[in-house]
Amino acid sequence: MDYVSNTKQEREYMLKEIGVEAVEEIFDSIPEEIKLKRELEIDEGMSELELKEHMKEIAAENTSLEEYTSYLGAGAYDHYIPGIIDHLISRQEYYTAYTPYQAELSQGTLQVIYEYQSMICELTGMDISNSSLLDGGSAVAEAVLMAARISRNNKVLMSSALHPSYREVAKTYGVPKDLDFVEIGLDGSNTDLEELEDNLDNDTAVIVVQYPNFYGSIEDMEKIQKLKEEYKKVLLLVVANPIALGTLAPPSKFGADIVVGEGQSLGNTLYYGGPYLGFMATTDNRKFIRQLPGRIAGATEDADGDRGYVLTLQTREQHIRREKATSNICTNEALNATISTIYMATMGKKGLKEVAEQSYQKAHYLAEKIDELDNFDVVNIDNFFHEFWVKTKHPVAKVLNELKENKILGGLDLARFEEEKGILLSVTEKRDKTELDKLVELLEAM
Amino acid sequence: MAERLIKDYSSPGREGYSLPPLDVPEVDMNEQLGTNYLREDLDFPEVSEVDVVRHYTALSEKNYGVDSGIYPLGSCTMKYNPKRNEDIARMTGLAQLHPYQDEEDVQGSLKFLYQLKQDLAEVSGMDEMTLQPASGAHGELTGLLIIRKYFEDKGIEKSKVIVPDSAHGTNPASANMAGFEIVEIDSNEEGMIDVEDLKEAVDDDVAALMLTNPNTLGIFEKDICQIADIIHEAGGLLYYDGANLNAVMGYARPGDMDFDVLHLNLHKTFSTPHGGGGPGSGTVGVKKFLTPYLPKPVLKRAEDKYYWDYDRPKSIGKVHAFYGNYGVLIRAYSYIKTLGGSGLKKTTENAVLNANYMKAKLKEDFELPYEANSLHEFVLSGIKQKKKGADTLHIAKRLLDYGQYAPTIYFPLVVKEAMMIEPTETENLETLNKFIDTLKTISKEVEENPEVVKNAPHNTAVRKLDEVKAAREPDLTWD
Repeated sequence: MDYVSNTKQEREYMLKEIGVEAVEEIFDSIPEEIKLKRELEIDEGMSELELKEHMKEIAAENTSLEEYTSYLGAGAYDHYIPGIIDHLISRQEYYTAYTPYQAELSQGTLQVIYEYQSMICELTGMDISNSSLLDGGSAVAEAVLMAARISRNNKVLMSSALHPSYREVAKTYGVPKDLDFVEIGLDGSNTDLEELEDNLDNDTAVIVVQYPNFYGSIEDMEKIQKLKEEYKKVLLLVVANPIALGTLAPPSKFGADIVVGEGQSLGNTLYYGGPYLGFMATTDNRKFIRQLPGRIAGATEDADGDRGYVLTLQTREQHIRREKATSNICTNEALNATISTIYMATMGKKGLKEVAEQSYQKAHYLAEKIDELDNFDVVNIDNFFHEFWVKTKHPVAKVLNELKENKILGGLDLARFEEEKGILLSVTEKRDKTELDKLVELLEAM
Repeated sequence: MAERLIKDYSSPGREGYSLPPLDVPEVDMNEQLGTNYLREDLDFPEVSEVDVVRHYTALSEKNYGVDSGIYPLGSCTMKYNPKRNEDIARMTGLAQLHPYQDEEDVQGSLKFLYQLKQDLAEVSGMDEMTLQPASGAHGELTGLLIIRKYFEDKGIEKSKVIVPDSAHGTNPASANMAGFEIVEIDSNEEGMIDVEDLKEAVDDDVAALMLTNPNTLGIFEKDICQIADIIHEAGGLLYYDGANLNAVMGYARPGDMDFDVLHLNLHKTFSTPHGGGGPGSGTVGVKKFLTPYLPKPVLKRAEDKYYWDYDRPKSIGKVHAFYGNYGVLIRAYSYIKTLGGSGLKKTTENAVLNANYMKAKLKEDFELPYEANSLHEFVLSGIKQKKKGADTLHIAKRLLDYGQYAPTIYFPLVVKEAMMIEPTETENLETLNKFIDTLKTISKEVEENPEVVKNAPHNTAVRKLDEVKAAREPDLTWD
């Protein structure tokens, strides 16, 4: 099976019009010595029925979250996704369209981006948002580079309570630019602010903290703001969880200069880690806007004076500035941003707050119960949002395996990152009391 | 008529979501977090489910997708996005997976990802692939970081990357992000790299040459073997920008052209939808000697088990928080399994046939700046029409009036008034003829009634938009 429509006769007619005998003649511009002189070693194609059977067999070798009750989070969250989202983004006009280069035939995509930017700004409290970056990790990396360009300093103070993978991506991007990464250790489950203070100086470009942080705790943002403001050139980059911002004060309140984060939790399917979207917002300051990576949509007027939308401020971008661009980003995560836009609109003023509050309440109910157990201790029982860090006297792997036998994914084994020990549990509004009680009951029996 | 903004549908107290009631005892958030950490207000829309559905349906109707008609954007490979791939990507057992699930719970997915790597390596002639990069430019950055790390590891200092003037803007931008200095070389009168110029530009400070082949003019670099030798002899590496792989599948492989690193745009050649600008996937392939530097983790197989190998001391690190755009990878796999090896070759054959047919039909009406054989795309110049008063931008906008999308315009930069046309293999003869006839009609309009072209578009959702105003008076949010 292939997707070529032209028949043999039509192809022969076309060859005649081109003036060649056979299509191979056109390929004569490829030097003989590098032509592939055998067939590709890829199995013959399948019919739709065979393909579906094949994929069913593959899927059967997985165990999906349909079969488990999951407490896995750590950057990818199992929140409720309203059914209308998939219906809307399955409209071909959205998902098969290209980047909106011809604005007059792309008003749908452009207005969606404009609405996305508007709601991201409202959520973060910032003024200007781009139209998405590749994921949370690359958004952190791009923001670190942006901050270094603005402050003209090279030292990056990165909290150890920032997701380990985000730190890793930031370093991958920062090393060729001679950035100097200093990781600030933990004080309990929070960033060690004394250590941060000791490392802050006039050569510092940016402080990077997560809100709530990797362990689910809320940093002392007021103190961090104060520390930052002692140095004129230092920027504050806040990596925020957008669901938590449904009820938490926006990072703008604590002097954030750039806010980024992983937008997956705003309506996107888990998909084993991608496609997700990185969001990025900053302040309405020329210096910042000029350094912002990624596309931006703006409102304008058409020849008749009617409102319309275009991609704008493009002199920052690679297709115009080439090596002087603020980033190499071209393809972004537009469809995921569309998903998140529809999610934010659907949940609306009350819904997003309720998702955040229910996640918070359920996480606290569970954490209190777990903390009461003899062999379990919640490290950050006094300060967390909807994720918390559990230490146990049992071997972590054994605990998680026993839970899995009971169809529960009991959270993330922190051993994965080789920094701290224990389990990171995330609770969303999807969990109910019966499930939470069952988990506690199983832990108690261990 | 402009569609309102979603916030303009708001009515205080209106709701469009449903959640089960909270079933656990509540704690006082105020007391726990402190009022300073709680949000005062979230000024989001207050709309019903029907409002949301009507609004985003109305907006979609102002868009044009591949299912609407031809999408001849050069170097973008806007082919049909098979519906079955969408169905498969939504299968629960494939989609509802958390990235931190145990490997034993996702063996099915790891198995098909592994097979996808094998198939992509076979098509491109490389030894090992990483699926982590989420876009073409992300792949370029990854590839260049691999090159950087390789030289660093060998203790060789190299600071330059050579990029032809016909290259995509992402090439120099990625090279800059990877910490290299960019050396641009001009194309010759045939639209290809000039071997003599290249020799002059090359010295032992050159880490890599980035090349798209066929290049953005659709022309295959005939001296590719010599080019590869020049770079390799100077101790540099060859980077292949896979944007145009649709032109050569089953006919030639970048690996056999002696490229050391490449990226493939799965959202181009392998039919995954563009989503209005993303997501994509820019898988990167390398020759064996570069495998230690691949981003981690690397997907491996031990007997019948698949696993992620994190023990990669020479790796460049991570470029994505997880494993890449998995949802896109499902669709690419589904596409390759549908077509098979011979289907991929047939795809290329027909992409090239379609493009050459259009070129043959249009070269009398529009100037063809380069005579050399082209493959899956070709570039025309609107210079003749410009002299008569309508430039390429006007022609592009006029195409929209006829319900068809415009080609890539003003790119590559080496052609004045460029129109870069790539029909892809999935368009049939009638669609090609319709597009050809429309361009001929517009060319006639330029002679007879240039004003109608210059003031285009007339029939679209909005008329020509004022980009200058948008940039001078930025209106970027509804606040």
